[in-house]
Amino acid sequence: MLSDSPVAVEQHGPELLHHFVDAEQQRDAATLGMWLFLATEIMFFGGMFCAYLIYRYWYYNEFAAGSRSLDIYLGTINTAVLICSSLTVALGVRAAQMGKRKLLVILLLLTIVFGFAFLGIKGVEWYDKYKEHHIPGPSFNVDDLVRDYPQIHIDPRHEQIYFSLYFAMTGLHALHMIIGVGLFVFLTYYAWKGRYTPKYYTPVEMGGLYWHFVDIVWIYLFPLLYLIDRHR
Amino acid sequence: MATAALTAERENYLNKEYGIRSWLLTTDHKRIALLYLASITFFFFIGGFFALLIRLELLTPAGDLVQADTYNKLFSMHGQVMIFFFLIPSIPAVLGNFLVPLMIGAKDLAFPRINLLSWYLYMIAGTIYLHCIVTGGVDTGWTFYTPFSTAFSNTKVIEAGIAIFIAGFSSILTGLNFVVTIHRMRAPGMTWSRLPLFIWAHYATSIIQLLGTPVLAITLLLVVFERAFNLGIFDPTRGGDPLLFQHLFWFYSHPAVYIMILPAMAVESEVVACFTRKRIFGYNFVAMSSIAIAVFGFLVWAHHMFVAGISLYSALVFSILSYLVAVPSAIKVFNWTATMYKGSISFTTPMLYAFGFIGLFTMGGLTGLFLACLGVDVHVHDTYFVIAHFHYIMVGGAVMGYLGGLHFWWPKISGRMYPEGWGRLAALLVFAGFNLTFFPQFLLGYMGMPRRYWQYPPEFQVLNVLSTAGSTILAIGYVLPMVYFLWSMRYGKIAEDNPWGAAGLEWKTSSPPPTFNFDEEPEVTWEAYNYEEIPAPAEVNVER
Amino acid sequence: MFDNFPLWPVRASTNAGNVDALYIFLVALSAFMCVAIFTMILVFATMYRRRRGVEAEQIEGSSALEITWSIIPLGIFMVIFLWGAVIYFHERTPPQGASEVYVVGKQWMWKLQHEEGPREINELHVPVGRDVKLIMTSQDVIHSFYVPAFRIKQDVLPGRYSTAWFRATRPGVYHLFCSQYCGTMHSGMIGQVVVMEPAQYQAWLSGGSTTGSLAASGESLFQQLGCPTCHRSDTQGRGPILAGIFGKPVQLEDGRIVIADENYIRESILSPSAKIVSGFKPIMPVFQGLVGEEQLNALVAYIKSLSPVPAGAAGKTSLTPAGTSSQNP
Repeated sequence: MLSDSPVAVEQHGPELLHHFVDAEQQRDAATLGMWLFLATEIMFFGGMFCAYLIYRYWYYNEFAAGSRSLDIYLGTINTAVLICSSLTVALGVRAAQMGKRKLLVILLLLTIVFGFAFLGIKGVEWYDKYKEHHIPGPSFNVDDLVRDYPQIHIDPRHEQIYFSLYFAMTGLHALHMIIGVGLFVFLTYYAWKGRYTPKYYTPVEMGGLYWHFVDIVWIYLFPLLYLIDRHR
Repeated sequence: MATAALTAERENYLNKEYGIRSWLLTTDHKRIALLYLASITFFFFIGGFFALLIRLELLTPAGDLVQADTYNKLFSMHGQVMIFFFLIPSIPAVLGNFLVPLMIGAKDLAFPRINLLSWYLYMIAGTIYLHCIVTGGVDTGWTFYTPFSTAFSNTKVIEAGIAIFIAGFSSILTGLNFVVTIHRMRAPGMTWSRLPLFIWAHYATSIIQLLGTPVLAITLLLVVFERAFNLGIFDPTRGGDPLLFQHLFWFYSHPAVYIMILPAMAVESEVVACFTRKRIFGYNFVAMSSIAIAVFGFLVWAHHMFVAGISLYSALVFSILSYLVAVPSAIKVFNWTATMYKGSISFTTPMLYAFGFIGLFTMGGLTGLFLACLGVDVHVHDTYFVIAHFHYIMVGGAVMGYLGGLHFWWPKISGRMYPEGWGRLAALLVFAGFNLTFFPQFLLGYMGMPRRYWQYPPEFQVLNVLSTAGSTILAIGYVLPMVYFLWSMRYGKIAEDNPWGAAGLEWKTSSPPPTFNFDEEPEVTWEAYNYEEIPAPAEVNVER
Repeated sequence: MFDNFPLWPVRASTNAGNVDALYIFLVALSAFMCVAIFTMILVFATMYRRRRGVEAEQIEGSSALEITWSIIPLGIFMVIFLWGAVIYFHERTPPQGASEVYVVGKQWMWKLQHEEGPREINELHVPVGRDVKLIMTSQDVIHSFYVPAFRIKQDVLPGRYSTAWFRATRPGVYHLFCSQYCGTMHSGMIGQVVVMEPAQYQAWLSGGSTTGSLAASGESLFQQLGCPTCHRSDTQGRGPILAGIFGKPVQLEDGRIVIADENYIRESILSPSAKIVSGFKPIMPVFQGLVGEEQLNALVAYIKSLSPVPAGAAGKTSLTPAGTSSQNP
């Protein structure tokens, strides 16, 4: 590919960055990059999951009691909210592929609405925990759990570990949701401006991958945190 | 007038644009490499300054130079600065950034803006850490062991933790950039088996950066949360487990040492090939050994915990695995040595560093066998033996690799030659000073001198004095290149495109390269290290 | 400065010679490898230095050579591993009948208590030729008990016991170092191990004030804290019988079986709900914060004394080797 031999230079839009040879290379690079980034996120959350698994094995009773004190209805609703949001995201990518700008914008907006719904419900749950004095720190108090479960001997220190992990894991997850919502605000704006076409919708796809990942993390968090020992 | 035309500079990445904005907002991987060069050199001297203070204190058995608390901060910050703000970025962020696109025939890395973001994250992290230093510092040791770091230390643990957390993201993004670039942006004809070994080693390094660093991030985050919100995840008085911290910490920090040494091995392969004028013996094995080190490196972390309270059976498993990871490193040393057989060897500065690297890395690596050995480790763990071991690898290995690489690619980076005589002198000073500093520490360690000791029993003094003496020579050896590299940028002899007659795509473009690296996209039809086709330069040793 | 300039630590335990032998083997092996490689490099550098008209010979490699120099080092490594593992196993398995010393590390001192009763600070007197088992815990951060002359070292952790053992072979005074960084005076948390001839040791023992054995003070604490209320010597108690349990398996209510070692006893006092014995209810009060480390040591010593066999095993080597807790990987 010497520059003095006549090679048809494909007309490309401004979205092709000049260090790439062609649009396909750019898209491949973006996709591989996003998957690798998600792998790092798995390792990031993985450390906490590891700590969780170990402490759950040691302090099962306290974890079960703590888990039951979470609002399973709100948690289930949130799970449904996120699954729906992943649906709107997937449909949005398809809309972009088909060049349906208006539909894409609507779906992206819906996703953002779902994202806010999730965060709002999570805020309510955290507030409940605050009222019940289940937030680790100086005002932490689990006398209510000790009272409610006389048949197991709850050690407040172990209970605090459950709640520490609860807040650390849901907190980090919520932070990723906020970042996701922010990303989607940008995506919606550019979609509305018509930047995404069937030939170039990589950012939508990448945003979608990120959103699906955050969703999947929640799919793990929900049973691990909310559903301990609920079969009894 | 004719000479003016001859020496009129072609447009290259350095003179294309001037002004501070063109540097601070650049997305050119070569300029970003230089930004990193300046910043990590700055932190190297900060870490080095702490080291000098440590060695000065250790001249006498009594603690008489600084207070105990101050000494504890000195060794903690020496470790953190050197590891997180110098060694981990060093070769990848400077030489890797500069060379990876050039070596594979690309115009830039896959994500140039993320590359710049990496540097800014590093700078933010560095600034926060500097603030931490001047407002009290941190005294937890570079290892942040709990519960001391979470519940007992009165220093700026949270700030240091946050700074290193951010620096970790810089590292992750660099790794991400390299992996995607190597996979997707190789020039036509640049197949995997034609890649320079430098690229293979940086690929392996990047995998470790990607998969390991996030674990450090979450661990430090949990330490910060525990300290800030009084949690108890690692505090035994509250049901937590201090050993959990150690497992999580070492899960990253052991692979981290491979992040630090693999790039130096990368440089070693390139330099040895060039100055023996031969393909590296056993190319496939050397390439695969980098991958093997990356994989096995993730499996051995608890060899730092043999006396920490892990079960006997865990200890056995981790000891065996630690011996497995030693094999690929040994393979590399044998292959580099075999390369010299029937070669045509020149003794330039980079080659002197390369010889030094093989010697010192071999010694450091062999002493790793002592530490992997359960029976011996019980005695030498947490003593100066360990300190000597890792300094042989990280300083004798990684830093010498870094310096050798800087010298080797300096003509390409700056368009100038450094003064060869001074270069060799500095290399010899570094080698001599290094050995005098650290060899006595093996003896000190076996004798039983524990590490992180501000004061020590008098029978350890003689060896400590020798060590301190060596460190002053080492310091001079490090200052010299700084001086003559800067000097060369103005007064050094102008370099040709390929002053060493080296193989590799980076040598086929001008010195310094144009902003987009190649005038025309290269098409590769030859194997790596095709030295039989490249004429040796008439004078390899270019005097000023 | 030169009077005191040894280059090798003295050997004062049965273990030291074994460790030194392996170390010397490793030194010899390393020296051999270094000499071999450096000589080859020197020879090649001289023979094959760049000369006019002489080209390098491009050699691809040799699979045979690669495999050879991978397999042979691997074989040697396995030998080193096995040798070291045997020594380590021996180090982490205290012999039965060892006399016990309870050690509490705290910032920045060592508190030691012999089972016969005497307490020491930063000093440990032991007789030559006797197996001594150290049962150690920390009051605050992680420390490490290191005696270079014995070649032993063990991290001392808060919240659990870790153990080490030695048999001293030479009378003398040897360094004791804390070797896990623990804060400001980490380098001041040092002391000495004083090894004496048996007769001298007896004299030293009886010379001190008679506070009674550790187990005796544990017994009086046991009574004081009201433990016999539930832990009766018959089966009518609300808590399990404690006589004879030490070193034996215990069935827990969740089905697990654990060995009643020092850590189990300690955990049962501090955090009783962690392991409930099968057939009993989780009603034991929590003693965390009510008993200090040294009192815990006394209680543990007392409960051990209720078992018919000497401390250390139920007739065979303890299944939880020294240095571990019964629950951690």
